[in-house]
Amino acid sequence: MAGIGGAETTQKKVGWSLLNLVVVIYALFPVLWILSLSLKSSKTLADGNLIPREISFENYRNIFATTEFVRALANSIGIAIIATAIAVVFGTMAAYAIARLDFPGKNLLVGVSLLIAMFPQVSLVSPLFEIERGLGIFDTWPGLILPYITFALPLAIYTLSAFFREIPWELEKAAKMDGATPGQAFRKVIAPLAAPGVFTTAILVFIFCWNDFLFAISLTSTEQSRTVPAALSFFTGSSQFEDPAGSISAAAVVITIPIILFVLFFQRRIVAGLTSGAVKG
Amino acid sequence: MAEIVLDKVTKRYPDGALAVQEVNLEIADGEFIILVGPSGCGKSTTLNMIAGLEDITDGELRIGGQRVNERAPKDRDIAMVFQSYALYPHMTVKENMAFPLRLAKVDNATVERKVSEAAEILDLTQHLDRKPSNLSGGQRQRVAMGRAIVRSPKAFLMDEPLSNLDAKLRVQMRTSVSRLQKQLGTTTVYVTHDQTEAMTLGDRVVVMRGGIVQQIGAPQFLYDNPANLFVAGFIGSPSMNFVPATIEDGSLRSALGTVTMTDRVRRLLEGADAPREVIMGIRPEHFEDAALVEASARSAGCTFDSQVEVLESMGSDKYAYFSLSGEAASAADLEDLAADAHAEDVPGGGISLVTRLSSASGAREGESAEIWFDADKVQLFDPSSGKNLTYTER
Repeated sequence: MAGIGGAETTQKKVGWSLLNLVVVIYALFPVLWILSLSLKSSKTLADGNLIPREISFENYRNIFATTEFVRALANSIGIAIIATAIAVVFGTMAAYAIARLDFPGKNLLVGVSLLIAMFPQVSLVSPLFEIERGLGIFDTWPGLILPYITFALPLAIYTLSAFFREIPWELEKAAKMDGATPGQAFRKVIAPLAAPGVFTTAILVFIFCWNDFLFAISLTSTEQSRTVPAALSFFTGSSQFEDPAGSISAAAVVITIPIILFVLFFQRRIVAGLTSGAVKG
Repeated sequence: MAEIVLDKVTKRYPDGALAVQEVNLEIADGEFIILVGPSGCGKSTTLNMIAGLEDITDGELRIGGQRVNERAPKDRDIAMVFQSYALYPHMTVKENMAFPLRLAKVDNATVERKVSEAAEILDLTQHLDRKPSNLSGGQRQRVAMGRAIVRSPKAFLMDEPLSNLDAKLRVQMRTSVSRLQKQLGTTTVYVTHDQTEAMTLGDRVVVMRGGIVQQIGAPQFLYDNPANLFVAGFIGSPSMNFVPATIEDGSLRSALGTVTMTDRVRRLLEGADAPREVIMGIRPEHFEDAALVEASARSAGCTFDSQVEVLESMGSDKYAYFSLSGEAASAADLEDLAADAHAEDVPGGGISLVTRLSSASGAREGESAEIWFDADKVQLFDPSSGKNLTYTER
């Protein structure tokens, strides 16, 4: 019997490969299906073939021809980036304080922020709707950015404080001894070391904002601020007899691309073990 | 460069715990001073207060004649070497060493010159472009030293800088730290829990226990004239042997036999208000194989017979371990020492003795040996206060 770490037998390899294959197919098949649908023309849409007989970019042309989608895409990108940036900046500061300082009410603060994350969002939709209408930010970018920040912050604080705790405190003391002000110590020593954490958090927050449907559908009413997930539900065919499945699939494929780019871009910056060598290890 | 003065410096934590109590210490310009003691004795807290990393609750700290209690670390112009080295992992060796200079807005040419000078001294020139994670422990330690010396601060503070190195490297680095300090002539405060480092490095040693300074003095003086049981047991390796003894008509009765006190010891005892029951302290090297002691010298001491439990031959000398029947010496100071050595639960039962005999000794493990000790080198301690009753200023 080959134990863990022992020589792998061919049988074992085949077994694992099969299992991996099953998992990968299970996870990616819906994506493949959407991709397939998006590449079919409206006539062959319902023919049931996984591989389209002929590749047609008709759906893509159609969605980019409508302001409905293009505007939604711009909204999505703008809102997600702004919300991510703000949440990460505030999250970094809060997480640093939580990881480093002992102040009265620290545990309460952490608890409350967790509570926000646990709260069922759907129960907040109606009050938020009323509040935003009262404040006049209903159906505006800030109207979506604000709730996104609120719900992303606990996530950001949690992830980031874990990263900050990993950074040896002595580095900060060393920086102070070397003549740095607290601000310089944070900027030149702590922040560069926390960068992998910041990027990880940015990815998570961005995905959260990008994928949100509930707030997007409830707190918007026009193209002015509707994001793609919400806009998709308003897709209709070019006539009422046409199935919008093709356009929806094409749009779904298009909005996946920024996420992939975003992750790939930041992943390079997430260098594991960046702090190794700081202290004896 | 400057002198550092601690005037009744006290550290009390918000929860009321007293970490350091009224430390008075005058460190002369260029002096190498060692703070030593078991963990939790307040030595690191004291160092951190000098550094400015911890607030001083009470008392005054002066560097170069100026009160610096309220100054931030960066305004005190002192450099610190941390136990963990605390190198910046995202910077190369060169950037690490240049960091204090860059913060001080020193111009590029000077930075280059100073860093390469420091690298030269510390033999780091070929490693300047490497990251700390690619360096060995000894190299990292040297980078940490380099970062401290580049900006020629008023003083160096070192917090157990060698304790993460392996034994052989530690001895090497100990010598080079000492040489570096002499070369630069910068006032240095060095914290360690290792009494060997304390003995070998410092001009003066400060022994601390429970936040209170026990004794300050040159290493040899502390060794010869410990102020109390704690210092006596802490300084020296192997440590001093402690045997309970009773004073009776000018002689000392103990498990080692009865020995007549020498004039010197008797005179010192008269000055001190000595109780009848005392603890007798004898350094391992004041024992000798009786067979090797000339007859004329024998009368100056006392001999006893015992079975050699363990014999360690070091080449130059032999360490013979004995276990004598009788009650082991007990005092608060000794319990603290045992706790520090994690020896509380070593099965006691009797008095254990460590003796250093000449390599010519014929003592054998498991066999009985006749051992002599020098009566004039005996130190006597008060078991209740721990005070050395035979303490002399000379």
